[in-house]
Amino acid sequence: MWRCINGRIARRFLSTSSASARGWWDHVRPAPKDPIVRVNEAFLADPFPHKINLGIGTYKGDDGKAFIPQSVREAETKIQRCKLEESNASAVRSKFVQECVRLAYGNDSNVVREGLFAGVPTLSGTGACRLFAEFQRHFYPDSQMYLPDPTWSNHHNIWRQAEIPVKTFHYYHPDTKGLDFAALLNDVKNAPDCSFFLLHPCAHNPTGVDPTEEQWREISYQFQVKNHFPFFDMAYQGFSSGDLDKDAIALRIFLEDGHLIGCAQSFAKNMGLSEHKAGCLSVLCQSIKQVAALKSQLQLMSHAMYSSIPFQGISLVTMILSEPDTEALWRKEIKVMAKRIQTMRTTLRHCLENLHSSFNWEHITDQVGMFCFSGLTPDQVQQMEKLFHIYMTPDGRMSMSGVTSSNVDYLANAIHQVTRIDEEALRSCYV
Amino acid sequence: MAIRNSLTGQFLRRSSVAGARLMSSSSSWFRSIEPAPKDPILGVTEAFLADQSPNKVNVGVGAYRDDHGKPVVLECVREAERRVAGSQFMEYLPMGGSIKMIEESLKLAFGDNSEFIKDKRIAAVQALSGTGACRLFAAFQQRFHPNTQIYIPVPTWANHHNIWRDAGVPMKTFRYYHPESRGLDFSGLMDDIKNAPDGSFFLLHACAHNPTGVDPSEEQWREISSQIKAKGHFPFFDMAYQGFASGDPERDAKAIKIFLEDGHLIGLAQSYAKNMGLYGQRAGSLSVLCEDEKQAVAVKSQLQLIARPMYSNPPLHGALIVSTVLGDPDLKKLWLKEVKVMADRIIGMRTTLRENLEKKGSTLPWQHITNQIGMFCYSGLTPEQVDRMTNEFHIYMTRNGRISMAGLNTGNVGYVADAIHEVTKSF
Repeated sequence: MWRCINGRIARRFLSTSSASARGWWDHVRPAPKDPIVRVNEAFLADPFPHKINLGIGTYKGDDGKAFIPQSVREAETKIQRCKLEESNASAVRSKFVQECVRLAYGNDSNVVREGLFAGVPTLSGTGACRLFAEFQRHFYPDSQMYLPDPTWSNHHNIWRQAEIPVKTFHYYHPDTKGLDFAALLNDVKNAPDCSFFLLHPCAHNPTGVDPTEEQWREISYQFQVKNHFPFFDMAYQGFSSGDLDKDAIALRIFLEDGHLIGCAQSFAKNMGLSEHKAGCLSVLCQSIKQVAALKSQLQLMSHAMYSSIPFQGISLVTMILSEPDTEALWRKEIKVMAKRIQTMRTTLRHCLENLHSSFNWEHITDQVGMFCFSGLTPDQVQQMEKLFHIYMTPDGRMSMSGVTSSNVDYLANAIHQVTRIDEEALRSCYV
Repeated sequence: MAIRNSLTGQFLRRSSVAGARLMSSSSSWFRSIEPAPKDPILGVTEAFLADQSPNKVNVGVGAYRDDHGKPVVLECVREAERRVAGSQFMEYLPMGGSIKMIEESLKLAFGDNSEFIKDKRIAAVQALSGTGACRLFAAFQQRFHPNTQIYIPVPTWANHHNIWRDAGVPMKTFRYYHPESRGLDFSGLMDDIKNAPDGSFFLLHACAHNPTGVDPSEEQWREISSQIKAKGHFPFFDMAYQGFASGDPERDAKAIKIFLEDGHLIGLAQSYAKNMGLYGQRAGSLSVLCEDEKQAVAVKSQLQLIARPMYSNPPLHGALIVSTVLGDPDLKKLWLKEVKVMADRIIGMRTTLRENLEKKGSTLPWQHITNQIGMFCYSGLTPEQVDRMTNEFHIYMTRNGRISMAGLNTGNVGYVADAIHEVTKSF
């Protein structure tokens, strides 16, 4: 009995001691808030009836509501009818990759016809980028990733978390609000041979600035000279011009020039499947043997992150892309989406010019895709938020999908007001 | 002069292109990459599918099947699908995932009236099923306790090794399965817990251990909890089979309750792949019990920061199904009924398999078939015996002798018992 009591007391003492000696998570500090999340939260908390959310990169119709393409609805109906089973999962995943690669590289492309690609389904575009970064870490541990300046903020997180050092190359030219092509080529030339470069093939996020076809040819040529590896993050195929093949022209140019390519695809935007997390990573190879090796390695890495990806999304994408009628409908719908955004760009620019703004707003219509790098300063962005309840990220990026026929006048007026104030202040300085 | 310059430029460019091609062909990007080792479970399924025999049996598969060998969609899930289909909204979830699903998951694991939930002491995020939850935690461990290692039971689910290795956390093992008794090596396990450095991380299967099916008894769990407490170790539970193991979700979470009563701060991975049949939906959650609400907020924000570069935000569909089923009293009642049916069918197959073996006159001990719990049975068959099962009887399982009880049904259990008896009987 004495021993029993003693044991119990000793145990309690040890427990207390160890509990106080080691606070498991005392040193964990709150993480910095993601700027896009902060913008969305602030927007949602704002009671102002005419508030505008230009922060999130999700497509919305002219009514400001989420848009579900008819092709997706039809695919959903067909899937419910088919009652796809898990036993078909492997076949559906293979078909999904096949259709994704066809969409990216073209029906007639040699790599598609001969199967010279290692492709795996991923958790949307983010998952594809992350999987490629893990691939770099495993097989090219001494390599680094060149990211355009600026780029989607998560790109830095992705490669950093995969322990791949990040460098940047010139891209956006603040003075012209276009492409800094000369500096870009210089950086491509000056990077060590065989470097990895991340390229946005269309609808660059966050600037909306894309190289021209001729510029892509020069970039591809320079990559050949330096034997760099091009990794394309293609999250917006179809959103630049409304034409899926036209938007993939950068990939097609690099393909024609004989490059091996890595490509991340996402169907969050162009199919409106953001919550289904459907994406694909493909890496071109030189032989079927190489394809098998790379694919098995990519699958192993994917398995160690999340085993497999949700089945519903890749079923929907596969259904749409493999049924000619549904695909044709989808192509029409994406043209409509892209056209609406282009129209909003044109209208916004016209509204600003009609207000006799003295600034040059050509870049609003020169830029393409979901985002417009407006050129507003962080202070001006803050004024837009405080005075007009218009929300965007501090870098001045506006998601054009948040602009509608009914709010574009209000938006133009707000932009004019916050930029005009600067103009008047400037004038008063001279006086 | 202009013509001469132009010609010179063209010549230089052509030369450069040729040089680039030579360089490109001589330094192939992927020449040195070898194929990854083949997944043994996938190999078993592929071999099974290729087999032409009408009597073939697949006991390698890790998914539930009904008594006709067919995949099952639970009625509660079908109903939830109908409700969700009418109210689909296409938006990104926050990085932490569906708040509703997380709430319901925490109640399922910690109890409806849990003080930890009321005090907001749990940092929880939606994850890509159990795998995604484990990977998130492994990355979290690597970031905030970079000098620790993870102790993993021998054996464990094969992917656990991949997950912690890819997250950059060193791995050690602790004894778990006892081949001679086909049960738990309790004394070996306790020794390893005592001998591990203070403050180590231990991966524990909450119930229905994969691949052995061997679980500690309640009394053994109490001893384990006490010893982990004494050493200041961190317990991370992988609970992929709550409800599916015994048919009672509360009973299956008993180990967690014991640890919580003893004052541990635990980590927990939950999966709805098995107990709701949501394999392809990738619905799961990760929770970390903290000292207080403030700490929970900080931990959660860091978990979200880790999730963002992996997939930005988790998928919506499966989370909607889970929150609809668990959030509606009638659907939850139906789910509890259906998960018990699944568990009972597997328990029934264990009993029948053992009875058939004993009826065949097998002199070997087969108590472990009914002692073990959950989807898997570590049969004790040797690799050579497994090969005979495959070659002579067209019965497919992994070479470690693991039998997925879900692959057995009233139509084939007698045949499998015959085969096991044939390959194990002494002449």
